[in-house]
Amino acid sequence: MMTRSVDSAATPETPDEASFLRDTVRAFRRNRMAMAGLIFILLLVFCAVFVPWISPHDPYRVALDEQLLPPSTTYWLGTDNFGRDVLTRILYGARISLVVGIVPSLISLLIGTIMGILSGYLGGKTDFVVMRLADMMIAFPSLLLAMVVMYTLGANLLNIFLALALVGWASVARVVRAQTLALREKEFVEAAHANGTSRGRIMFDHIFPNVVPTLIVLFSLSIPEAIMWESSLSFLGVGVQPPAASWGLLVAKGKEYMFQNPSVAISPGVAILLAVLAFNFIGDGLRDALDPSMKD
Amino acid sequence: MLMFTLRRILVSIPVLIGITIILFLMMNVVPGDPIELMMREHASPDVIARVRAQMHLDDPMVVRYFRFLWNALQGDLGVSIKLNRPVTDLILKAFPNTLSLAVCAALVSWIIGIPAGILSAVRRDSLLDRFFMGFSLLGVSMPIFWSALLFQYIFAMKLKLLPVSGFYGWKYMILPAIVLGWSSAGVIARLTRSSLLEVMRLDFIRTARAKGLRETGVITRHALKNALIPVVTIMAIQVASLLSGAVITEAIFSIPGVGRITVSAISSRDMPLLQGAVLFATALVILGNLVADILYSILDPRIRAQMRKEA
Repeated sequence: MMTRSVDSAATPETPDEASFLRDTVRAFRRNRMAMAGLIFILLLVFCAVFVPWISPHDPYRVALDEQLLPPSTTYWLGTDNFGRDVLTRILYGARISLVVGIVPSLISLLIGTIMGILSGYLGGKTDFVVMRLADMMIAFPSLLLAMVVMYTLGANLLNIFLALALVGWASVARVVRAQTLALREKEFVEAAHANGTSRGRIMFDHIFPNVVPTLIVLFSLSIPEAIMWESSLSFLGVGVQPPAASWGLLVAKGKEYMFQNPSVAISPGVAILLAVLAFNFIGDGLRDALDPSMKD
Repeated sequence: MLMFTLRRILVSIPVLIGITIILFLMMNVVPGDPIELMMREHASPDVIARVRAQMHLDDPMVVRYFRFLWNALQGDLGVSIKLNRPVTDLILKAFPNTLSLAVCAALVSWIIGIPAGILSAVRRDSLLDRFFMGFSLLGVSMPIFWSALLFQYIFAMKLKLLPVSGFYGWKYMILPAIVLGWSSAGVIARLTRSSLLEVMRLDFIRTARAKGLRETGVITRHALKNALIPVVTIMAIQVASLLSGAVITEAIFSIPGVGRITVSAISSRDMPLLQGAVLFATALVILGNLVADILYSILDPRIRAQMRKEA
């Protein structure tokens, strides 16, 4: 009897899910800013992947007779102090900045989701310990925490991932926990419980799928944040190390030559600004499309 | 009220202790010996051994942690390896500079953010509203180090209105304060706008309008008083973001504050100085959150009532 009622509740889910997805896509596509953001990011990803074939310039070739040239038809954004094309360096930098935006966000999402669901569903001591840990992480000023991690572990890409994930998981855990607390009281969770479903199964099969829309929004909004933190760390010299170049590092290196060619420092900053804006628009669009209740 | 304040303070203590543990662990799992890294080139092994003994670096980790905690409670954060001076002195000497930067930046953010938020809410969905909200999005999407360079370039290098960097008087504070304040003005504007819009929907506003009050009177006398409560409390929390931002702003404008100490401690691998500076900043953030909570309960009688019920 019980199984049947659960089954019959589950069957009509398929058309529902399809229409939910369709509605979401439609709502997102109607949002002009979000679509513009998406197109910009896709374009950026395309350029970052195919830059060796798109750009005629070598990002590492030193040409001392072509130092700090102003923007021209050959060098659209001018050249830096080693005579390297600024635009090409920005596009190569996009590879690092985008990866740094995405990977740590995924890690902190994974940790935050596990911690949040465990904390919210199990409650009691687990909840207390996890939430106090989250309190502590949130009390640390993020940039300082990331700087300490980079100091301790050394400045390289992998440690940037770790530092940013460490900074980011706690706020994810808080949001997921709040949602889990609400979901725990819902009938379908109670039904699964009465059905004898194990707690692990309930968390994974019943709670987790319902948190996914929120996770997608959190993910898209944490990418620009990670890009900002990485660029700040690299700017301060505790992030990506030369000769590799992320946008933050390009600004830092270019600032020495503000007088001769401001484009060297200003252009990578424009890239950061545009990418962050685009991701924020996408995130807002996703939030409005997936879960209007999250709008503040 | 007193009970609430006391309880709130008591809750912050374990958080602070937890933070000292995390910080201490992170600092002390550094691969390689900090003293050797710093002194290898110009000191003989027995000098290094003597300094190690002086700093008790050979004691077990737990003993060192409790010594660190006990000393920190008494205001002793150790001695800077590089500068050979007490960390507490260095921080206290630098802190007034950071504080005045943060206060000026906060003022900038309120002067821009609050009026922009009010105007946006009053003229909701108008061109003005869109302009301000777009502008505030721009503010939060700009990395501080970049807007700092841009402002430096335009106002100091090109227009020559203000000094580029350094710290020799109030003129040197203007650009850094604008750069740092501008990034949080957007947050303040958004919060003011959404909070005012929320309040404007409530019954007492309708009553005020129904009794024939002019719209400006409704907003200034009735709505704002309530709408600004969350804005006031966010100001205390702002401390955290201003401190993070101050690290970068101080580095760019060469302001001798706590942020610059932190950056230089990292580049010279001065572990006690870095540890002390980060602990100090984190304690300030916790204090800011504490003040925000207490302010909130003072300003909003509803919160106070809820607290009383819980207590």
